[in-house]
Parts: sequence; structure tokens; C-alpha cells
Amino acid sequence: MSKDKFTTLKTTAVPLPNENIDTDQIIPARFLKATTREGFGDNLFRDWRYNLIPGPSPEEKGVETPNKDFVLNDAKFSGKILVAGKNFGCGSSREHAAWAIYDYGFRVVVSSFFADIFKNNALNNGLLPIVVSDQFLKQVLQAVEEKPSTEIVVDLENQILQVGAVKESFEINTYKKTCMINGYDDIDYLLSLNKEIREFDIAH
Amino acid sequence: MSQLKPKTIFEKIWDSHVVKRAEDYPDALFIDRHFIHEVTSPQAFDGLKKRGIQVFNTSRTTATADHNVPTKDQHLPIKEALSRHQVETLRKNCKEFGVELYDLGHAYQGIVHIIGPELGLTQPGMTIVCGDSHTSTHGAFGNIAFGIGTSEVEQVLATQCILQYKPKTMKIEINGKLGKGVVSKDIILYIISKISASGATGFFVEYAGDAITNLSMEARMTICNMSIEMGARGGLIAPDETTFNYIRGRKFAPQGEAFDRKVEEWKKLTTDEGANYDSVLKFDAADIAPMITYGTNPGMGMKVTDRIPTVTELKEISEQHSFTKSLEYMGLEPGSSLLGKAIDYVFIGSCTNARIEDLRLVADMVKGKTKASNVEVWVVPGSKQVEEQARREGLDKIFEAAGFELRSPGCSACLGMNEDKVPAGKYCISTSNRNFEGRQGPKSRTFLASPLSAAAAAITGRVTDVREFE
Ligand code: SF4
Repeated sequence: MSKDKFTTLKTTAVPLPNENIDTDQIIPARFLKATTREGFGDNLFRDWRYNLIPGPSPEEKGVETPNKDFVLNDAKFSGKILVAGKNFGCGSSREHAAWAIYDYGFRVVVSSFFADIFKNNALNNGLLPIVVSDQFLKQVLQAVEEKPSTEIVVDLENQILQVGAVKESFEINTYKKTCMINGYDDIDYLLSLNKEIREFDIAH
Repeated sequence: MSQLKPKTIFEKIWDSHVVKRAEDYPDALFIDRHFIHEVTSPQAFDGLKKRGIQVFNTSRTTATADHNVPTKDQHLPIKEALSRHQVETLRKNCKEFGVELYDLGHAYQGIVHIIGPELGLTQPGMTIVCGDSHTSTHGAFGNIAFGIGTSEVEQVLATQCILQYKPKTMKIEINGKLGKGVVSKDIILYIISKISASGATGFFVEYAGDAITNLSMEARMTICNMSIEMGARGGLIAPDETTFNYIRGRKFAPQGEAFDRKVEEWKKLTTDEGANYDSVLKFDAADIAPMITYGTNPGMGMKVTDRIPTVTELKEISEQHSFTKSLEYMGLEPGSSLLGKAIDYVFIGSCTNARIEDLRLVADMVKGKTKASNVEVWVVPGSKQVEEQARREGLDKIFEAAGFELRSPGCSACLGMNEDKVPAGKYCISTSNRNFEGRQGPKSRTFLASPLSAAAAAITGRVTDVREFE
């Protein structure tokens, strides 16, 4: 199924400097019960977005109130880029994490390091993970935190991320880049190999 | 000559499964065995329906219901509507597409990474995937097994292939004799504490050394299971007699002469002399002690007798923010010790430690004792077969006498998707694999440890050094 095409993006960003943000934080397991891909954005970072006042027993749910200290609840910050600390997306392989980030409205996640499975999942859903150096990540976070209206430009064709006057080039493999730009996915390619795969299957 | 280049076992298996390698493309890797479950498969089946295509080869996919199932009254319809719908969707999809399903109540039902090996579906030399990161468990049999996302589940259902870049290779060698009270869970928690939760990202690990080869198959599975917790794509152990003996006679294993022929093939699955790894790490088994985690990622672990580091002891300044936040969440003081800390729950379960050997370890330790009054103890077997075996061996009686609750199989409090949740603010010693914030329920606090350590804590009601436990 084709995805949205991605070429360039100019937008403000949301800073989330925590390191090792795992997919259980991005979308807690109890929200994985849906059988479609839509609607996960409402529960993105659910347990960080809301404070829970526990009920008197495990059976009684308790009350949730928005956590005003959490960046998604801070009106100052908005935009289609999430800038996050090192080792983003570690833990569970749940693709729901990528769906939730996308569904919430983000199109790019910038970090100095991504967990492997998350990176694949993101790319398979038109969400662009951009790896920058630790140094550049620090600069981006600082720029956005100091001035939330800071605009970031993502140029996928030329593989450049620009924040104000500073920029850094980023790596993405040619195949995934082509997929992102054209909105292709892996199945389109694999289906074209059907004959070879059949032969392989029979031989093994 | 290029074909004589020495190869690692990983490279041998990978290269023999590449259907197509093209410049600028990831490898199209053939998948021998695919496991699916109710949580990460519905959207993949939807994709097939939208494209109007069938499952490529149904004999290579096996389904079970595990993540989102109750561990009590499994014979009754699932109470919670969304969970029920998810399991029913799996049923419908398996029926429509012709996939074998080990549903609730089936003699083979259980956690996907437990049933694969016990049914003999998991074999050396294979490529194995599942929409679950702990698929690395199967690597204990000397195969390439890794977790995938739902789009990739769809790829495998549709084409029996997956597009992947070949990861780098890492060898982790552990030699020497394990000390008293130290089991395989401690080995892996120790390694992760040394190299961090991202220390092996981008790598596929091979575990070697006599401390590994001396382990039983089930203990090896515990090690490979947690490869993902240091970021590795997967982890494997070269197959040997222990492996072959485990597989022999299992339901879906080759039988008789066919089995003997297979064993001859499997014996070739070793790393060649002189083969290159991108990284090699070595550890001494004698340095390993019973371990426990204190923070909110599996890399935040220590010997149970150690104290939690202070902020100034951290290796990197950039970690300070996350470290402080993590300890606040856990309600723990930097620099303090965990020994003697009162706990509220004990969870013995998950694909890491819910096989029969784990249950035996626990039963041995608690036989004739009763749990502390401040704790609630859940023992959740990894599969229906494990549960039946435990009953045959009378372990259920021991648990009952100790005040432990023996539940029905499923993922349970490993991820708290069903009603088995640790309440907010409560401490749980858990034999599972993740101590993330809220993993066992909103605001729950998890200490990861071995089944031995968990059993000791159940009796004392506190974090306990098993070596001191009588
Ligand atoms: S037991 Fe836990 S880690 Fe294992 S498959 Fe289930 S949820 Fe995943």
C-alpha cells in the first residue's frame, strides 16, 4: 500500500530530551487492543501526558488529569518533528509506536540513536527517523527549547537537516529513501520476486 | 578463493537464506518459520485483504493467543470487550487464511516463544520471525530469529520473505564456573548491565564459551531471549548435543532417520576458525553474582549486594536526567542498597522464565515454606504443556501450600495487557525481561531478577540475596 510521499518539510518541533525512550512509553500495552492502524495518536505517551491518581483497588480505574509539565501538553511547542534523546524506540517491537507518533501528526523523529526495529517500523509507515550527531542533537534541542518558534527544515532529497543557521547531513540508505520519496513499501518490491521466492521455498 | 572465506554461523545461515541480493536494496531473506499472535497480526491480515492476496505458504506460519488473554477462567469467554475482539479477530483470520492456531484451551497454547521450541517447530539453521521482539529466544537453537513490526508480519505472510539489511556481528564469550545461586538470568542481566540497554544495537550476537555451552536448552533460551534488551537484533548459540537431545522426539521435529540426517546438517552450523566478528566481548563467569535491576531499563542492573550508583558515578553526564527521573519513578535513593527492601508482588512468568525448569527451581526453593504475608505471588506457566507438566510433577501442590497462585498460561504481568497488573506505586520482583515505566501496569515498579531470587523474595517478602537464603 502506498504511503504519503515525503520530500521536504519545514516546521517547528517538539523537544523530548529523555534518553532510552522505549515503545512502552510511546504507547503503553493496554492501548494495543485495536485491530486497525488508526487512532493511536490519542494515547501517544499516555502515561507521561496524564497523571494517574490510582483508584482504591486494582479493579477501580482511578482518575487521569493532564500533566502540564509534559511537553505535549505545553502550548508553546508544536510541529511535525519530534526531537528526542538517544536510543529512541527501544524495547517492544510494537509498530503501534510508529503509528501513534504518525497519527498524532509527527512526520519526522530526530535523535542521535534509534533502536533497530523502531527505525524499520517508522520507515515502513512514512515516518522519517533522522540520526544526527550527539553534538547536533544538543544544538537542536537547545534551539527549540530556547525559542519554540524555531523552524527546522528537512530536505530528504539532499539528506540535510537545517536548524536556523546550522545544518547537518544525515544518512539514509538509497532504497529506503526512494520508498519514502515515492510512497512505496517493501511488499510492492517483494511481490515482484514471487517466482524466485516460490522456487526457493520448494528447494528448502 | 572467496567460497573458502571463513564464516560465522550467523553468516552461514543468513547467506543461505538470501533469495535476492541487489545493489542498493536490502536482502530479500527467506523465512522458514513465522509465529503470529493476536496483538501484532490483525493489521497485517487487513493488509492482505486490501491487496486481495493469500498467505504465501500457510505451513510456515503458526499462531497462538498469548499477549492479551486472561490467566484465570480461560474456558470462559474473555470478559473485556476489546481483548475478546482481538482474540476473535485472530481466530477469524486464521480460519479465513488457513493458518494453524493454538487457541485458548488447546493443549499447545502458550507464549509464542515457549511453544515454538517445545513443539519442535524451532530448529537449528532456520530463519524465524515473529511480531514480537523476544523472538530472539529461538536463537538458543542456533538459528537467526528476530522480532519484526506489523508491516513486516504482512510481508512475511504475503511473500514468506522480509527485506533486511544484514546486521553486524558480535561475539560474547563467557568462560568459567558460575557461583552459588547464579543462574542464566543473572548472566544475561550482568551482560546488559555492563554494556547498557543499547550496547548491542545494530548487532546480531553469538554467545559462546563454556559458561554458555554448559547450560541446558531452557537456560540458553533465557539468555537469547534478552538479547533485545541490549539492543541486539537477535542472539544465537551454536547447536550441539544438548540442542539435538532437546529437539529429538518433539512433535514437529523430523523423526527417525530423517532426524539423524538433519543432525548431520546441523553439526555443520559452527563458526569457522578465523571468521571475523565486528565486535568481541569477553566476560568471566566468576564475576557474576545474583543480579537485580533498580531502574527503568534493563541496563540499570547490579549485583543484589551492590548499591545503586549516585549521579556523580554515572559514566556519561547526558545520562543524569534520565537516571534521576528513573529513580524518582522507582521511589529509590541514589547510592542506596536494595537488600531487605520490602516488596509487594512476585511475578514468576514470561517467555524469559516460565518454562518447566524455572518452575522446578522455584518449587525446590519454596517447598515446605510459605510466602510472606506482605506479598502476592503469581506463577504463570509459559504454556499449557508447562502447566500440565508442573501438575504431573506435583509442583502445583508445592505452590499452593506456599500460598502462590498457579495461573493459566499467557504473557500476563510481563506486559500487563490483560488484568494481571501490578498496582501503581507497588514493587514487583519479576522474572520477566522489562522494567520499563508502567510495563507491569500504570506506575508499577519492577525489579527484574532470576526465578531463584524471585522465589526467595516471595518467602521473605524482601529483596534477598539467594546465597544467604535458607
Ligand atoms: S511474555 Fe512478555 S516479553 Fe514474552 S512474548 Fe509475552 S509480552 Fe513479550
